[in-house]
Amino acid sequence: MSSTRRIALTVNDQPYEAEVEPRLTLVDLLRGELGLTGTHVGCEHGVCGACTVLWNGRAVRSCIMLAVQADGGTIRTVEGLAREGTLHPIQQAFLEEHGLQCGFCTPGFLMSITELLERSPDPTDEEIKDTLGGQICRCTGYQQIVAAVRSAAAKLRAGAGAGGYG
Amino acid sequence: MKPPRFDYAAPRTLGEAVSLLQQHEGEAKLLSGGQSLVPLLNMRLARPAILVDLAKVDGLDHVREQDDGLAIGAMTRQRTVELSPVVKARHPMLHAAMLHIAHPQNRNQGTVGGSLAHADPAAELPALALTLDAEMRAFGPSGERTIGAADFFVTYLTTALEPTEILVETRFPTLPARTGWSVMEVARRHGDFALAGAMSTVTLDDQGRCASARLVLFGVGATAVRARKAEQLLAGERPDAALLERAGRAAAEEIDEPLTDVHASAEYRRDLAGVLGRRALAEAAARAA
Repeated sequence: MSSTRRIALTVNDQPYEAEVEPRLTLVDLLRGELGLTGTHVGCEHGVCGACTVLWNGRAVRSCIMLAVQADGGTIRTVEGLAREGTLHPIQQAFLEEHGLQCGFCTPGFLMSITELLERSPDPTDEEIKDTLGGQICRCTGYQQIVAAVRSAAAKLRAGAGAGGYG
Repeated sequence: MKPPRFDYAAPRTLGEAVSLLQQHEGEAKLLSGGQSLVPLLNMRLARPAILVDLAKVDGLDHVREQDDGLAIGAMTRQRTVELSPVVKARHPMLHAAMLHIAHPQNRNQGTVGGSLAHADPAAELPALALTLDAEMRAFGPSGERTIGAADFFVTYLTTALEPTEILVETRFPTLPARTGWSVMEVARRHGDFALAGAMSTVTLDDQGRCASARLVLFGVGATAVRARKAEQLLAGERPDAALLERAGRAAAEEIDEPLTDVHASAEYRRDLAGVLGRRALAEAAARAA
Protein backbone atom coordinates (compact mmCIF):
# COMPACT_ATOMS: atom_id res chain seq x y z
CA MET A 1 0.00 0.00 0.00
CA SER A 2 0.93 3.63 -0.35
CA SER A 3 2.93 3.34 -3.53
CA THR A 4 4.48 6.51 -4.85
CA ARG A 5 3.04 8.64 -7.63
CA ARG A 6 4.80 10.51 -10.41
CA ILE A 7 3.62 14.09 -10.64
CA ALA A 8 4.50 16.95 -12.96
CA LEU A 9 4.03 20.59 -12.08
CA THR A 10 5.39 24.01 -12.88
CA VAL A 11 6.99 25.95 -10.05
CA ASN A 12 8.07 29.56 -10.67
CA ASP A 13 8.07 28.92 -14.44
CA GLN A 14 10.28 25.83 -14.09
CA PRO A 15 8.87 22.39 -14.97
CA TYR A 16 9.39 19.76 -12.26
CA GLU A 17 8.71 16.07 -12.04
CA ALA A 18 8.76 14.23 -8.77
CA GLU A 19 8.02 10.78 -7.39
CA VAL A 20 6.01 11.38 -4.24
CA GLU A 21 4.18 9.52 -1.53
CA PRO A 22 0.48 10.47 -1.63
CA ARG A 23 0.73 11.74 1.95
CA LEU A 24 3.41 14.33 1.10
CA THR A 25 2.02 17.84 1.49
CA LEU A 26 2.75 20.47 -1.14
CA VAL A 27 4.80 22.55 1.29
CA ASP A 28 7.01 19.56 2.10
CA LEU A 29 7.48 18.92 -1.62
CA LEU A 30 8.51 22.55 -2.17
CA ARG A 31 10.86 22.71 0.81
CA GLY A 32 12.14 19.17 1.12
CA GLU A 33 12.27 17.92 -2.46
CA LEU A 34 12.67 21.10 -4.51
CA GLY A 35 14.75 23.04 -1.98
CA LEU A 36 12.44 26.08 -2.08
CA THR A 37 12.60 26.90 1.61
CA GLY A 38 11.22 30.41 1.25
CA THR A 39 7.74 29.02 1.89
CA HIS A 40 7.42 28.49 5.64
CA VAL A 41 5.64 25.80 7.64
CA GLY A 42 3.70 27.11 10.60
CA CYS A 43 0.60 25.51 12.04
CA GLU A 44 0.24 22.64 9.57
CA HIS A 45 -3.54 22.78 9.71
CA GLY A 46 -4.38 25.68 7.42
CA VAL A 47 -4.85 28.45 9.95
CA CYS A 48 -1.72 30.62 10.13
CA GLY A 49 -1.08 31.20 6.42
CA ALA A 50 2.74 31.06 6.58
CA CYS A 51 2.77 28.37 3.86
CA THR A 52 0.55 30.26 1.41
CA VAL A 53 1.55 29.86 -2.26
CA LEU A 54 -0.24 30.55 -5.52
CA TRP A 55 -1.81 27.51 -7.17
CA ASN A 56 -3.03 28.31 -10.70
CA GLY A 57 -3.02 31.97 -9.68
CA ARG A 58 -4.93 31.52 -6.43
CA ALA A 59 -3.55 31.77 -2.91
CA VAL A 60 -3.82 28.43 -1.09
CA ARG A 61 -2.41 26.78 2.05
CA SER A 62 0.34 24.44 0.90
CA CYS A 63 0.32 22.62 4.28
CA ILE A 64 -3.23 21.33 3.71
CA MET A 65 -2.80 20.57 0.03
CA LEU A 66 -1.25 17.28 -0.99
CA ALA A 67 1.52 17.35 -3.55
CA VAL A 68 -0.51 14.91 -5.69
CA GLN A 69 -3.31 17.52 -5.82
CA ALA A 70 -0.89 19.92 -7.50
CA ASP A 71 -0.22 17.46 -10.35
CA GLY A 72 -0.55 19.35 -13.65
CA GLY A 73 -0.82 22.69 -11.88
CA THR A 74 1.20 25.89 -11.76
CA ILE A 75 2.72 26.98 -8.46
CA ARG A 76 4.28 30.31 -7.59
CA THR A 77 6.26 30.79 -4.40
CA VAL A 78 8.05 33.73 -2.80
CA GLU A 79 11.23 32.74 -4.71
CA GLY A 80 9.42 33.67 -7.92
CA LEU A 81 8.72 37.27 -6.94
CA ALA A 82 12.08 39.06 -7.27
CA ARG A 83 13.54 39.34 -10.79
CA GLU A 84 17.28 39.41 -11.37
CA GLY A 85 18.04 40.83 -7.97
CA THR A 86 15.28 43.44 -8.07
CA LEU A 87 12.60 43.08 -5.44
CA HIS A 88 9.01 42.73 -6.56
CA PRO A 89 7.04 45.96 -5.89
CA ILE A 90 5.15 44.19 -3.08
CA GLN A 91 8.45 43.18 -1.45
CA GLN A 92 9.81 46.71 -1.95
CA ALA A 93 6.69 48.15 -0.32
CA PHE A 94 7.06 45.78 2.67
CA LEU A 95 10.65 47.01 3.05
CA GLU A 96 9.72 50.69 2.85
CA GLU A 97 6.63 50.50 5.06
CA HIS A 98 8.16 48.17 7.67
CA GLY A 99 5.62 45.47 6.82
CA LEU A 100 7.67 42.84 8.61
CA GLN A 101 9.75 42.32 11.70
CA CYS A 102 10.79 38.69 12.24
CA GLY A 103 9.75 37.75 8.71
CA PHE A 104 8.40 34.29 9.43
CA CYS A 105 4.91 35.06 8.12
CA THR A 106 6.08 37.33 5.29
CA PRO A 107 6.30 34.85 2.39
CA GLY A 108 2.66 33.88 2.94
CA PHE A 109 1.56 37.50 3.15
CA LEU A 110 3.43 38.34 -0.07
CA MET A 111 1.73 35.56 -2.00
CA SER A 112 -1.77 36.36 -0.72
CA ILE A 113 -1.23 40.02 -1.59
CA THR A 114 0.06 39.03 -5.03
CA GLU A 115 -3.25 37.30 -5.75
CA LEU A 116 -5.22 40.25 -4.38
CA LEU A 117 -3.43 42.87 -6.50
CA GLU A 118 -3.48 40.78 -9.67
CA ARG A 119 -7.25 40.47 -9.37
CA SER A 120 -7.97 43.88 -7.89
CA PRO A 121 -5.32 46.53 -8.74
CA ASP A 122 -6.99 49.19 -6.59
CA PRO A 123 -8.44 47.19 -3.69
CA THR A 124 -10.92 48.56 -1.16
CA ASP A 125 -10.08 48.51 2.56
CA GLU A 126 -12.58 45.66 2.88
CA GLU A 127 -10.77 43.58 0.24
CA ILE A 128 -7.39 44.24 1.86
CA LYS A 129 -8.65 43.21 5.29
CA ASP A 130 -10.40 40.14 3.89
CA THR A 131 -7.12 39.01 2.32
CA LEU A 132 -4.89 39.83 5.31
CA GLY A 133 -7.40 38.20 7.67
CA GLY A 134 -6.22 34.86 6.31
CA GLN A 135 -2.62 35.49 7.36
CA ILE A 136 -1.35 35.66 10.94
CA CYS A 137 1.45 38.09 11.90
CA ARG A 138 2.43 38.38 15.55
CA CYS A 139 4.98 41.20 15.14
CA THR A 140 3.65 44.13 13.21
CA GLY A 141 0.09 44.67 14.37
CA TYR A 142 -0.90 44.69 10.68
CA GLN A 143 -1.09 48.48 10.22
CA GLN A 144 2.22 48.65 8.36
CA ILE A 145 1.19 45.67 6.26
CA VAL A 146 -2.01 47.45 5.23
CA ALA A 147 0.14 50.49 4.36
CA ALA A 148 2.46 48.23 2.35
CA VAL A 149 -0.47 46.81 0.37
CA ARG A 150 -1.67 50.30 -0.52
CA SER A 151 1.85 51.38 -1.48
CA ALA A 152 2.42 48.23 -3.53
CA ALA A 153 -0.88 48.70 -5.34
CA ALA A 154 0.14 52.25 -6.28
CA LYS A 155 3.59 51.09 -7.46
CA LEU A 156 2.08 48.33 -9.58
CA ARG A 157 -0.50 50.65 -11.14
CA ALA A 158 2.16 53.26 -11.90
CA GLY A 159 4.60 50.76 -13.36
CA ALA A 160 2.15 48.51 -15.13
CA GLY A 161 4.01 48.85 -18.46
CA ALA A 162 7.30 47.58 -17.02
CA GLY A 163 5.68 44.86 -14.95
CA GLY A 164 5.99 47.13 -11.94
CA TYR A 165 9.59 46.20 -11.12
CA GLY A 166 12.28 48.65 -10.06
CA MET B 1 2.37 16.70 12.23
CA LYS B 2 2.26 14.69 9.01
CA PRO B 3 -0.47 12.48 7.57
CA PRO B 4 -0.30 8.72 8.12
CA ARG B 5 0.29 6.55 5.04
CA PHE B 6 -2.62 6.08 2.67
CA ASP B 7 -3.15 4.98 -0.89
CA TYR B 8 -4.38 7.43 -3.50
CA ALA B 9 -6.46 7.26 -6.65
CA ALA B 10 -7.50 10.00 -9.06
CA PRO B 11 -10.28 8.47 -11.19
CA ARG B 12 -11.42 10.15 -14.42
CA THR B 13 -15.10 9.22 -14.21
CA LEU B 14 -17.81 8.98 -11.57
CA GLY B 15 -18.22 5.30 -12.42
CA GLU B 16 -14.55 4.61 -11.61
CA ALA B 17 -14.82 6.64 -8.42
CA VAL B 18 -17.85 4.66 -7.25
CA SER B 19 -16.09 1.37 -8.08
CA LEU B 20 -13.17 2.45 -5.91
CA LEU B 21 -15.55 3.30 -3.06
CA GLN B 22 -17.21 -0.13 -3.42
CA GLN B 23 -13.87 -1.90 -3.54
CA HIS B 24 -12.68 -0.19 -0.35
CA GLU B 25 -16.03 0.21 1.36
CA GLY B 26 -15.67 1.88 4.72
CA GLU B 27 -11.94 2.45 4.27
CA ALA B 28 -11.97 5.06 1.50
CA LYS B 29 -12.46 8.82 1.83
CA LEU B 30 -13.37 11.15 -1.01
CA LEU B 31 -11.00 14.09 -1.41
CA SER B 32 -12.35 17.33 -2.86
CA GLY B 33 -10.73 20.59 -1.69
CA GLY B 34 -9.25 19.01 1.41
CA GLN B 35 -9.71 22.06 3.65
CA SER B 36 -11.23 19.88 6.38
CA LEU B 37 -9.89 16.46 5.43
CA VAL B 38 -6.19 17.30 5.08
CA PRO B 39 -5.98 19.00 8.51
CA LEU B 40 -7.68 15.89 9.94
CA LEU B 41 -5.07 13.74 8.18
CA ASN B 42 -2.23 15.96 9.42
CA MET B 43 -3.51 15.60 12.97
CA ARG B 44 -4.06 11.88 12.34
CA LEU B 45 -7.67 12.16 13.42
CA ALA B 46 -8.62 10.53 10.10
CA ARG B 47 -6.85 7.38 8.90
CA PRO B 48 -8.41 6.27 5.62
CA ALA B 49 -6.77 3.40 3.72
CA ILE B 50 -7.25 5.25 0.43
CA LEU B 51 -8.13 8.74 -0.76
CA VAL B 52 -10.27 8.95 -3.89
CA ASP B 53 -9.54 12.39 -5.36
CA LEU B 54 -12.42 13.84 -7.41
CA ALA B 55 -10.27 16.57 -8.99
CA LYS B 56 -9.85 14.79 -12.33
CA VAL B 57 -13.49 13.73 -12.74
CA ASP B 58 -15.08 15.84 -15.48
CA GLY B 59 -18.39 17.59 -15.10
CA LEU B 60 -18.30 18.50 -11.41
CA ASP B 61 -17.11 22.12 -11.69
CA HIS B 62 -19.85 24.48 -12.86
CA VAL B 63 -22.39 27.13 -11.91
CA ARG B 64 -25.44 26.48 -14.09
CA GLU B 65 -28.41 28.85 -14.34
CA GLN B 66 -31.86 27.33 -14.09
CA ASP B 67 -35.28 28.98 -14.20
CA ASP B 68 -35.65 29.21 -10.44
CA GLY B 69 -32.29 28.19 -9.11
CA LEU B 70 -28.56 27.71 -9.57
CA ALA B 71 -27.08 24.25 -9.95
CA ILE B 72 -23.54 24.08 -8.63
CA GLY B 73 -21.18 21.19 -9.32
CA ALA B 74 -19.73 19.52 -6.24
CA MET B 75 -16.10 20.34 -7.12
CA THR B 76 -16.80 24.02 -7.76
CA ARG B 77 -14.48 26.03 -5.53
CA GLN B 78 -16.23 28.23 -2.98
CA ARG B 79 -14.20 31.15 -4.28
CA THR B 80 -15.49 30.55 -7.83
CA VAL B 81 -19.03 30.87 -6.50
CA GLU B 82 -18.09 33.99 -4.50
CA LEU B 83 -16.55 35.69 -7.55
CA SER B 84 -19.23 34.56 -10.03
CA PRO B 85 -21.13 37.54 -11.52
CA VAL B 86 -24.05 35.17 -12.17
CA VAL B 87 -24.25 34.22 -8.49
CA LYS B 88 -23.92 37.84 -7.36
CA ALA B 89 -26.73 38.94 -9.67
CA ARG B 90 -29.11 36.02 -9.27
CA HIS B 91 -28.43 34.87 -5.74
CA PRO B 92 -27.02 37.57 -3.44
CA MET B 93 -27.71 35.38 -0.40
CA LEU B 94 -25.52 32.60 -1.77
CA HIS B 95 -22.79 35.16 -2.53
CA ALA B 96 -23.03 36.61 1.00
CA ALA B 97 -22.84 33.18 2.63
CA MET B 98 -19.58 32.42 0.77
CA LEU B 99 -17.88 35.46 2.32
CA HIS B 100 -18.34 33.96 5.80
CA ILE B 101 -16.55 30.71 4.95
CA ALA B 102 -13.07 30.72 6.51
CA HIS B 103 -10.63 32.92 4.53
CA PRO B 104 -10.21 33.57 0.79
CA GLN B 105 -7.12 31.34 0.92
CA ASN B 106 -9.34 28.43 2.05
CA ARG B 107 -12.20 29.25 -0.30
CA ASN B 108 -9.74 29.13 -3.22
CA GLN B 109 -9.33 25.42 -2.55
CA GLY B 110 -12.45 24.40 -0.62
CA THR B 111 -15.41 23.15 -2.65
CA VAL B 112 -19.17 23.54 -2.34
CA GLY B 113 -19.78 19.78 -2.39
CA GLY B 114 -16.96 19.07 0.05
CA SER B 115 -18.38 21.38 2.68
CA LEU B 116 -21.91 19.99 2.27
CA ALA B 117 -20.76 16.37 2.45
CA HIS B 118 -18.50 17.10 5.45
CA ALA B 119 -21.58 18.49 7.25
CA ASP B 120 -19.88 20.49 9.99
CA PRO B 121 -22.69 21.85 12.19
CA ALA B 122 -21.06 25.29 12.34
CA ALA B 123 -20.45 25.53 8.57
CA GLU B 124 -22.31 27.97 6.34
CA LEU B 125 -23.14 25.82 3.31
CA PRO B 126 -25.19 23.19 5.17
CA ALA B 127 -27.14 25.97 6.95
CA LEU B 128 -27.73 27.72 3.64
CA ALA B 129 -28.88 24.47 2.01
CA LEU B 130 -31.39 23.94 4.82
CA THR B 131 -32.62 27.54 4.63
CA LEU B 132 -33.21 27.33 0.87
CA ASP B 133 -34.43 23.71 0.69
CA ALA B 134 -31.53 22.95 -1.62
CA GLU B 135 -31.49 19.60 -3.42
CA MET B 136 -28.45 17.38 -3.49
CA ARG B 137 -27.87 15.11 -6.46
CA ALA B 138 -25.93 11.97 -5.54
CA PHE B 139 -24.42 9.32 -7.81
CA GLY B 140 -23.99 5.77 -6.59
CA PRO B 141 -23.85 2.11 -7.67
CA SER B 142 -27.55 2.12 -8.66
CA GLY B 143 -27.49 5.48 -10.44
CA GLU B 144 -28.63 8.90 -9.34
CA ARG B 145 -30.96 10.12 -6.66
CA THR B 146 -31.90 13.52 -5.29
CA ILE B 147 -31.91 14.22 -1.56
CA GLY B 148 -33.59 17.29 -0.08
CA ALA B 149 -31.61 19.31 2.46
CA ALA B 150 -34.10 18.45 5.22
CA ASP B 151 -33.16 14.77 4.84
CA PHE B 152 -29.50 15.22 3.87
CA PHE B 153 -27.96 16.36 7.17
CA VAL B 154 -28.36 13.51 9.65
CA THR B 155 -26.15 14.45 12.57
CA TYR B 156 -22.67 15.73 13.42
CA LEU B 157 -20.43 15.22 10.32
CA THR B 158 -22.95 12.69 8.96
CA THR B 159 -25.14 12.92 5.87
CA ALA B 160 -27.67 10.66 4.16
CA LEU B 161 -25.04 9.76 1.54
CA GLU B 162 -24.22 6.05 1.45
CA PRO B 163 -20.51 5.16 1.78
CA THR B 164 -20.52 4.35 -1.95
CA GLU B 165 -22.37 7.51 -3.07
CA ILE B 166 -20.86 10.75 -4.32
CA LEU B 167 -22.48 14.18 -4.11
CA VAL B 168 -22.27 15.53 -7.66
CA GLU B 169 -24.37 18.69 -7.75
CA THR B 170 -26.46 20.92 -5.51
CA ARG B 171 -29.39 22.97 -6.67
CA PHE B 172 -29.91 26.18 -4.70
CA PRO B 173 -33.36 27.65 -5.40
CA THR B 174 -33.31 31.40 -6.04
CA LEU B 175 -35.58 33.56 -3.88
CA PRO B 176 -39.13 34.37 -5.04
CA ALA B 177 -40.46 37.93 -5.35
CA ARG B 178 -40.97 40.08 -2.20
CA THR B 179 -38.49 37.88 -0.37
CA GLY B 180 -35.61 39.16 1.73
CA TRP B 181 -32.69 37.25 3.19
CA SER B 182 -30.10 37.44 5.92
CA VAL B 183 -26.85 35.66 6.76
CA MET B 184 -25.32 36.44 10.15
CA GLU B 185 -22.78 34.86 12.43
CA VAL B 186 -20.54 35.64 15.35
CA ALA B 187 -17.00 34.30 15.53
CA ARG B 188 -14.16 35.33 17.84
CA ARG B 189 -12.01 36.20 14.84
CA HIS B 190 -13.13 36.80 11.27
CA GLY B 191 -12.83 33.52 9.40
CA ASP B 192 -13.18 31.26 12.44
CA PHE B 193 -16.02 28.80 12.67
CA ALA B 194 -19.12 30.54 13.99
CA LEU B 195 -19.88 30.32 17.72
CA ALA B 196 -23.44 30.60 16.44
CA GLY B 197 -25.06 31.80 13.25
CA ALA B 198 -28.47 32.45 11.74
CA MET B 199 -29.83 32.45 8.20
CA SER B 200 -33.28 33.63 7.29
CA THR B 201 -35.61 34.27 4.38
CA VAL B 202 -38.86 36.22 4.78
CA THR B 203 -41.58 36.65 2.14
CA LEU B 204 -44.01 39.52 2.72
CA ASP B 205 -47.50 39.76 1.21
CA ASP B 206 -48.80 43.02 -0.27
CA GLN B 207 -50.07 44.04 3.18
CA GLY B 208 -46.56 43.75 4.65
CA ARG B 209 -47.38 40.57 6.56
CA CYS B 210 -45.18 37.47 6.59
CA ALA B 211 -46.44 35.09 3.93
CA SER B 212 -43.62 32.79 5.01
CA ALA B 213 -40.56 32.96 7.20
CA ARG B 214 -37.64 30.59 7.47
CA LEU B 215 -35.06 30.72 10.24
CA VAL B 216 -32.10 28.35 10.47
CA LEU B 217 -29.60 28.41 13.34
CA PHE B 218 -26.16 26.85 13.05
CA GLY B 219 -23.25 26.11 15.35
CA VAL B 220 -25.70 25.30 18.13
CA GLY B 221 -26.35 21.57 17.70
CA ALA B 222 -25.41 18.40 15.85
CA THR B 223 -26.65 19.91 12.58
CA ALA B 224 -28.01 23.27 11.48
CA VAL B 225 -31.62 23.43 12.70
CA ARG B 226 -34.82 25.18 11.72
CA ALA B 227 -36.38 27.32 14.45
CA ARG B 228 -39.94 26.25 13.66
CA LYS B 229 -41.63 27.93 16.61
CA ALA B 230 -40.11 31.25 15.66
CA GLU B 231 -41.18 30.71 12.03
CA GLN B 232 -44.76 29.96 13.15
CA LEU B 233 -44.94 33.06 15.33
CA LEU B 234 -44.33 35.21 12.26
CA ALA B 235 -46.76 33.47 9.91
CA GLY B 236 -49.44 35.89 8.77
CA GLU B 237 -48.16 38.64 11.06
CA ARG B 238 -46.47 41.98 10.60
CA PRO B 239 -42.81 41.58 11.64
CA ASP B 240 -42.69 44.47 14.13
CA ALA B 241 -40.06 44.84 16.84
CA ALA B 242 -42.15 43.21 19.59
CA LEU B 243 -42.93 40.15 17.47
CA LEU B 244 -39.32 39.78 16.35
CA GLU B 245 -38.23 39.94 19.98
CA ARG B 246 -40.64 37.10 20.83
CA ALA B 247 -39.49 35.11 17.79
CA GLY B 248 -35.85 35.44 18.82
CA ARG B 249 -36.64 34.25 22.34
CA ALA B 250 -38.66 31.34 20.96
CA ALA B 251 -35.75 30.35 18.72
CA ALA B 252 -33.31 30.41 21.65
CA GLU B 253 -35.64 28.23 23.73
CA GLU B 254 -36.48 25.64 21.10
CA ILE B 255 -32.95 24.52 20.21
CA ASP B 256 -31.49 21.48 21.96
CA GLU B 257 -28.65 21.94 24.41
CA PRO B 258 -25.82 23.59 22.43
CA LEU B 259 -22.22 22.51 22.76
CA THR B 260 -20.01 23.85 25.55
CA ASP B 261 -16.37 24.03 24.53
CA VAL B 262 -13.28 26.17 24.92
CA HIS B 263 -14.82 28.84 22.65
CA ALA B 264 -18.18 29.36 24.36
CA SER B 265 -20.58 27.89 26.90
CA ALA B 266 -23.91 26.33 25.94
CA GLU B 267 -25.68 29.19 27.71
CA TYR B 268 -23.78 31.80 25.73
CA ARG B 269 -24.47 30.00 22.45
CA ARG B 270 -28.19 29.76 23.23
CA ASP B 271 -28.40 33.46 24.04
CA LEU B 272 -26.40 34.36 20.94
CA ALA B 273 -28.63 32.17 18.74
CA GLY B 274 -31.69 34.06 19.98
CA VAL B 275 -30.15 37.47 19.32
CA LEU B 276 -28.88 36.48 15.87
CA GLY B 277 -32.23 34.83 15.07
CA ARG B 278 -34.08 38.04 15.87
CA ARG B 279 -31.64 40.19 13.88
CA ALA B 280 -31.65 37.84 10.89
CA LEU B 281 -35.46 37.81 10.72
CA ALA B 282 -35.49 41.60 11.02
CA GLU B 283 -32.92 42.04 8.26
CA ALA B 284 -34.68 39.57 5.95
CA ALA B 285 -38.05 41.30 6.54
CA ALA B 286 -36.48 44.72 5.87
CA ARG B 287 -34.96 43.46 2.61
CA ALA B 288 -38.31 41.99 1.56
CA ALA B 289 -40.15 45.26 2.00
